[in-house]
Amino acid sequence: MSETAQAAKRQGADKAPPLVVRFAGDSGDGIQLAGYEFAKSTAEARSDFMTFPDFPAEIRAPTGTLFGVSAFQIQFGADEVLTPGDRADVLIAFNPAALATNLPNLKPGGVLIVDDSHFDARGLKKAKLETNPLEDGSLEGFQLIAVDVVKRTLEALDPLDLGRKRATRAKNFWVLGLVYWMFGRPLEATQDWLKSKFKKAPEVAEANITALKAGNAYGETLEISATPNLTAPRVARRRDNSRIMSGGQAMALGLAAVAALGKRDIVYCSYPITPASTLLHALARLEGGVRIFQAEDEIAAATAAIGASFAGSLGVTASSGPGLSLKTEAIGLAIAVELPLLVIDVQRGGPSTGMPTKPEQSDLTMAIHGRHGEAPCPVLAPATPDDCFAIMIEAARIAIETMSPVIVLSDAYLANAASDWEIPDIDTIPDLLWPEISPEEGDFQPFTRDVLTLARPWAAPGTQGLAHRIGGLEKAQGSGHISYDPANHAEMTRTRAAKISRLADRLPAIELEDGAQDGDILVIGWGSTHGSIAQAVKELNGEGARVSHVHLRHLWPLPRGLEALIRCFPHAVTAELNTGQLSSILRGEYLAPVTCISQVNGQPFHVSDLKAEIRKHLEAPSS
Amino acid sequence: MNELPLKPNDFGTDQEVRWCPGCGDYAILKAMKTVLADIGRSPDEIVFIAGIGCAARFPYYLSTYGFHTIHGRAAAVATGVKLANPDLDVWVVGGDGDFMSIGGNHTLHALRRNVDLNLLLFNNAIYGLTKGQYSPTSPIGTRSPSTPGGSTDQPVNPVRFALGAGAKFVARAADTLQTHLPVVLKRAHENKGASFVEILQNCLVYNDGAFGAINDRSQSHEATVRLEHGSPMIYGKDEDKGLVFDNATGAFEMTLLADLASKDALAIHDETNLVRALALAALEQPDFPVPLGVIYAADAPEFIEARGIAGTKSKWGRTELKALLSPPA
Ligand code: SF4
Repeated sequence: MSETAQAAKRQGADKAPPLVVRFAGDSGDGIQLAGYEFAKSTAEARSDFMTFPDFPAEIRAPTGTLFGVSAFQIQFGADEVLTPGDRADVLIAFNPAALATNLPNLKPGGVLIVDDSHFDARGLKKAKLETNPLEDGSLEGFQLIAVDVVKRTLEALDPLDLGRKRATRAKNFWVLGLVYWMFGRPLEATQDWLKSKFKKAPEVAEANITALKAGNAYGETLEISATPNLTAPRVARRRDNSRIMSGGQAMALGLAAVAALGKRDIVYCSYPITPASTLLHALARLEGGVRIFQAEDEIAAATAAIGASFAGSLGVTASSGPGLSLKTEAIGLAIAVELPLLVIDVQRGGPSTGMPTKPEQSDLTMAIHGRHGEAPCPVLAPATPDDCFAIMIEAARIAIETMSPVIVLSDAYLANAASDWEIPDIDTIPDLLWPEISPEEGDFQPFTRDVLTLARPWAAPGTQGLAHRIGGLEKAQGSGHISYDPANHAEMTRTRAAKISRLADRLPAIELEDGAQDGDILVIGWGSTHGSIAQAVKELNGEGARVSHVHLRHLWPLPRGLEALIRCFPHAVTAELNTGQLSSILRGEYLAPVTCISQVNGQPFHVSDLKAEIRKHLEAPSS
Repeated sequence: MNELPLKPNDFGTDQEVRWCPGCGDYAILKAMKTVLADIGRSPDEIVFIAGIGCAARFPYYLSTYGFHTIHGRAAAVATGVKLANPDLDVWVVGGDGDFMSIGGNHTLHALRRNVDLNLLLFNNAIYGLTKGQYSPTSPIGTRSPSTPGGSTDQPVNPVRFALGAGAKFVARAADTLQTHLPVVLKRAHENKGASFVEILQNCLVYNDGAFGAINDRSQSHEATVRLEHGSPMIYGKDEDKGLVFDNATGAFEMTLLADLASKDALAIHDETNLVRALALAALEQPDFPVPLGVIYAADAPEFIEARGIAGTKSKWGRTELKALLSPPA
């Protein structure tokens, strides 16, 4: 394509709809790396974007297999981009298995770039394909660009004399170069990054840069004039003060902020588990401020965090579903002794080991109700990767203010999805205040209570004159001495519950995200589904529907005003990546007929699916 | 608050002690108060963390900070306490169920990490609080409600376990030996790192006499050998018996001093010798005297210190936070 043609295409790009690009290949092909570099380049190009790394649990599954396919999807555009997109405009498939598993993710008529180097009998068999899709006509509805990427990478790298195996590894950068060409992206930033990343192995940097340039140059030889407008939207949508950020990284920074704003180190205790480990790694890289403890198991992680809180720090522990199950006894202890504790659950498909890398919102009921005895605690969920930062600070404040564990429900999508993150202005965030405590006359009473919050005083070991004993046995209100008195147990049980429910009085009033109070249907979401629901509602309303959206950040206690809001609408429906856990809770709490749009396929909602489901609910007889 | 220096009784609380009368735990509590008074630190800077079981009620009876946690997890809780505030003196108390069964994993890791904790295992070889089931330290043949025909599983030897876990301070004492126990507890406290002390404790109700003569003060000298670093291993009421080390078998053997040509043949206790420590750990009643005292003590980096963690304040403030948040140049 000539430069003028490209320039012509770019004109009016600000009107262009957002685009979706999906990379798919073996988990060892460097798909996530290529995708992440593309996201960075998107940020540089000043487009808004959202990514979705969709990878298997196996680290390096046997090459070419269907279960070893790793994918990375990104949507970018001139307007605010809320989701990684439903189906792709451009799909890059590195092998037959990637093609077979990912073709359903490509729009009809979309551009399909295929590395055809593995489409021999062996490759097809591994992908369980009976015929070669490149030849059997099954790809006719797409704009196919089949190119032997391996061969071309090897040719380009031939002068470097790296040997076949090492040279082949650069193929992801060859493809990235080609994709950069498609969207008119400059190569410099990626080249610079490669140079600094492989400072100690300059030959690796050189190989990847050579491949990147070769793939880019190959684009010039392509005849893709028949393609739709692939020019990236180039409006300066991107905020000036922003950086690319995943939810996991944002959470790590949020915890750093808790330490910095409280001027006290916090203690982060965890045991490696997918997908929560990304948080551990991100924190470990920050060095300082957060004392990191990689415990021997999930229980030790939770109990060490409780020990840290007992000693006057804030204990934080993170895990995923199976780990949360193991931590539940410890969370019960923190509730009984009334110590602050931050518990982060990066939810994944369950039950049991389930689908370790795939998102699901199926731990909500466990977070709210899943402990023995009457053991309520606040439960929060961030809505977007951005929000993962702020919610850490809020959860820490709540934990300290209520002297209670707080559970924060993230998920595999939020943890890994990256977007253009507006760097928070920390001058607007108040200090995190630790309760002051001073020696008192007479015996210290660790279970007296603040009249407003019902929280007990927190006297950490080391505080002069306040030595006292606490434990999991029932305590007498006030003195905290062991007590099996029936009336006291009833009072303590109700006090612990009231302490949590009173928190709702201090939380911001519930507000609609979109739509009006007299709309035809209320869609209730929570957590990571925010982007999909917001986009679906926006589009439906653009098409003339009257849909309203409320998104719950505080799941327990439920926000004040939610019941009244639900009753304003003829239809109320939750949209959840589970089989209806929030809708059950809302029905139980309010006796309101809240129905549910449910999805449990280990993927975020597609906007198109949500729209169709919401329309179905609109047409149902009103309740 | 009482004025320093405190006396042993200043470390008591107004809580009614709920152990069975005659329980060995009373003796350990008494020794502990003596040791705390002797150490001389303010109770406000001392923390006792316990799991669940009879032994684990210990913190309620001391005027220090205390935390009665959940079964088996005391060592993990204590590790968190140290991470948050390394300046505290932290003691961990538990029974054989706590330390060797449900919490075995935490014992292992606290020891191998060498966290500066004093871990006191009150070993009574039975589950007391749940009414007398056999425990992981009960000898084969123990009849209990859950093993009416006698237990058949091999018990764990806590000292060997600790040495195997890489503990750098391992000692053993007995509840009733009130001149010996405080000395061992003090040594444990002086050690910077994880100090593991097995205290043989008599459960009067469910396992009376489990340790035979060891904690019977009148016979103890026949059933135990008191270890002193650099001293020959001599025992017996009349100091007429001793241990020699057989280099060929790598094991200790008993001997009558009268049978030795010279006292020089007696084994000399060397706390820093791991091989000897393992051989000592193998000595059990009734064939051998049970070694009491510091069995092994070696220098090693302490967990918190090695991590460069100190105090409670954060190195981070708003300036550092801004730098973390802003994009890399
Ligand atoms: S049951 Fe045994 S160990 Fe427990 S308090 Fe009674 S005597 Fe002591």
